[in-house]
Amino acid sequence: MSKQEWPLYEVFIRTKSGLSHRHAGSLHAADDEMALDNARDTYTRRCEGVSLWVVRSDRIVASDPAETSAFFEPAEDKIYRHPTFYKIPDGVENL
Amino acid sequence: MNADEALIAYILRLADNALILSQRMVELVAAEPELEEELANANFALDFIGQARMLYTLAGEREGQGRSEDDLAFMRDEHEFRNLLLLEQPNGHFGDALLRQFLFEVFYEHLLDALTRCSDQGLCAIAERAIKEVRYHKRHNSMWMVRLGDGTELSHDRIQQSLDDAWRFTGEMFVADEIDISIQERFNGPDLSNIQKLWRQDVEKTVAEATLTLPDDQWMASGGKQGQHSEHLGFLLAEMQYLQRSFPGASW
Repeated sequence: MSKQEWPLYEVFIRTKSGLSHRHAGSLHAADDEMALDNARDTYTRRCEGVSLWVVRSDRIVASDPAETSAFFEPAEDKIYRHPTFYKIPDGVENL
Repeated sequence: MNADEALIAYILRLADNALILSQRMVELVAAEPELEEELANANFALDFIGQARMLYTLAGEREGQGRSEDDLAFMRDEHEFRNLLLLEQPNGHFGDALLRQFLFEVFYEHLLDALTRCSDQGLCAIAERAIKEVRYHKRHNSMWMVRLGDGTELSHDRIQQSLDDAWRFTGEMFVADEIDISIQERFNGPDLSNIQKLWRQDVEKTVAEATLTLPDDQWMASGGKQGQHSEHLGFLLAEMQYLQRSFPGASW
């Protein structure tokens, strides 16, 4: 009997309130509801989070590795985009 | 039997339920059809082992004869175990194991809910902790009931058969004996006839959603709560208790 694989899902976990969701890994599930349950059982067994997102991997639009140079290299010589030209006033600690 | 003896016997029943069911679930580790379901099952088994440990420890303390959780789990014989017959039944296929979990955990959630209001503080605290775990199990089990019942013709027929096969073990949960009545009357414990109504409502709802049919009323097996078990428990205990019996006090 041939076995049809369940679709792949990506799992995102928010570790605590105020932080953003971070990619934790992936899993297989038959549908969205099962994906959420499986994410809970697979990725939050050790108190890793307070919120879960799951999304089907094939629904994620990703950049093309072949176009890396066109996508990212133009930013490399734009050093003025980094906020390194400001003088930090004395007495400001948390910047 | 005085009130304290009844309470100890009652706690042991709860502990035996949790331990025997967890042992059956542990048998499924490395045998589930999907990795994710495997982890879920193992998590749930660990929840039950945790509950069994707390309950055995509490029973040992109340008994006051120095018996530890390990003594109670590993050094008692078959006729001393007081778990429900449903929980010692072999796993069968995925649907059989699911039905056992589903039918028991719907009951167990309502039982724990009632126990959170009992007058014994120790038991109350364990029930409050356990019910959170069991609520999630129930959600998971119910999801699978609907998925398989309302799935393909094959999955529907197989799970209907699992439901029919397990049904005769459900009556025992609600037959109140001397110990149940003592807990209800002296410790404000669960009223099993009320729990049966709540259980029936929940089971009917999920079974309807799963497009399954509830079995007709029929002869119900009983005896587990009094120590009269099916032939399966002896084999389960032999495997589970072997190490502690051969090497008493062995630890990791």
